[in-house]
Amino acid sequence: MGATVITITSGKGGVGKTTATANLSAALAMRGKKVVAIDADIGLRNLDVVMGLENRIVYDLVNVVEGACRLRQALIKDKRIENLYMIPAAQSRDKSAIRPQDMIDVCDQLRPDFDFILIDSPAGIEQGFRNAIAPADRICIITTPEVAAVRDADRVVGLIEAEGKDAPSLILNRLRPRMVQRGDMLDTADVLDVLAIELLGIVPEDEAIIVSTNRGIPVVMENTSRAAQAFCNIAARLLGENVPIMELEEPSPSWLSKIAHLVRRG
Amino acid sequence: MEHSGVETISRAHVSIKGTSDGLVIHLGPGDWNSLLIALAEKLDRTPSFFRGGRVALNVGPRQLTASQLETLGTLLSKFQVSLWAVLSDSVETQRAAAEMGLETSLALSRTEHLISEQLNGRERVIADGEPAILVRRIVRSGQSVCHTGHVIIIGDVNPGAEIVAGGDIIVWGRLRGNVHAGSNGNERAIVGALVLAPMLLRIAGYVARSPGREDSEAYEQSVVPEVAFVHNGQIVAEPWRATDGLYGDWRADLLRRAANTLSTWF
Repeated sequence: MGATVITITSGKGGVGKTTATANLSAALAMRGKKVVAIDADIGLRNLDVVMGLENRIVYDLVNVVEGACRLRQALIKDKRIENLYMIPAAQSRDKSAIRPQDMIDVCDQLRPDFDFILIDSPAGIEQGFRNAIAPADRICIITTPEVAAVRDADRVVGLIEAEGKDAPSLILNRLRPRMVQRGDMLDTADVLDVLAIELLGIVPEDEAIIVSTNRGIPVVMENTSRAAQAFCNIAARLLGENVPIMELEEPSPSWLSKIAHLVRRG
Repeated sequence: MEHSGVETISRAHVSIKGTSDGLVIHLGPGDWNSLLIALAEKLDRTPSFFRGGRVALNVGPRQLTASQLETLGTLLSKFQVSLWAVLSDSVETQRAAAEMGLETSLALSRTEHLISEQLNGRERVIADGEPAILVRRIVRSGQSVCHTGHVIIIGDVNPGAEIVAGGDIIVWGRLRGNVHAGSNGNERAIVGALVLAPMLLRIAGYVARSPGREDSEAYEQSVVPEVAFVHNGQIVAEPWRATDGLYGDWRADLLRRAANTLSTWF
């Protein structure tokens, strides 16, 4: 009973953990679930910026753990989406400010009131990572189709298995279908070949992400881009729905451009 | 990782700490022999406390040979203490410890190592009359399997993983990590895999590198099981053909041994 705790982690930095956490949290909330996103990246807090909630912070996760405030006081309610909350990380501290047990305690307090708790893990495999995965019921590994990112993801999968957690599932981020078609980028099969874990979804490279993170509005809130669609699909899969993996081949030429092509040839 | 715990005794460069995994002797920098003397003095002070117990040794970056470890083991046995593990950042020390049949693991992978022993049923077995271990899982980046005898892996060995065996290494899967067979100098050791595409392959003192990413990809296309061994002073790899053993050529002995190792288990 109570919330499912999902940790988003990667090993390597800059592959999209925070973006994925923000978008999946928003997407799940838009589906009517009560969601709280927790930024576990103490000292390098970002999730609040990506979610556009930076100016609302009064208390943070470390304040809660140290008893400087009540948990409820650190919960920031997103005014744009019903049911979406977040708990920011402390910016002036570091990973050693909290322990894995603290994360478990915080999540246990939140569980009765929420459907989902999403934890944005810091990069790396040290204390911050251990804090982030400690309370997880489910872990999502996010990687980009790059050899270095996949190598780090593999390392993290090994550590998670060793913790005795259930096998994590995979989000493949920033895939560029055209590069894959040219053979210049690892494809989904290459990545799954190494990691051998369940594929939760593929998110295509999309400029809309950069715009949205800078504006502090998760792409799913506008739901016009390919990336937004991909995150909504992943959220649906987290809800147990059977949504086929998105086709990422280039859209076939429209009938108009086909005719134009014929005319030009003729 | 967690060497926290009650410090029972402490003196310059020699300390013995109680941890969740039992007693750990830390030997810091300084002359090896004086450290041994200091350790003996420590043990002599409260011999009844240590008697009948087992300890792990942490030597940090220090390079130790098997004979140095043996001396230490003898010293400890005089106090009826048995040495079961050696933790070190030095690969040489780890290797020496592995050759002596002691457990090895880095600080970070220590827990992972212990858990993997329990969870993933790393089984101690006998292959072709010699000791071996059987690992039924993917060996992922950052994980290592060390053993004085043969090592048999049922699963892939991913890039960034390391297998060190005193005897043969057989991978029933894709071998893409680093392997060292015959690590104690046995030049007759072999490495066999369904897909033999290691980053670095060593047999005794010989080294062979992967031909490079492009080539190895093409290599993986033609999936034939291969066996690598030392021939005329270099490492060669040949497609695995069970019938080779019948012709009595120069490979026959090697291949027959490989066949025996395999047939015992598959």
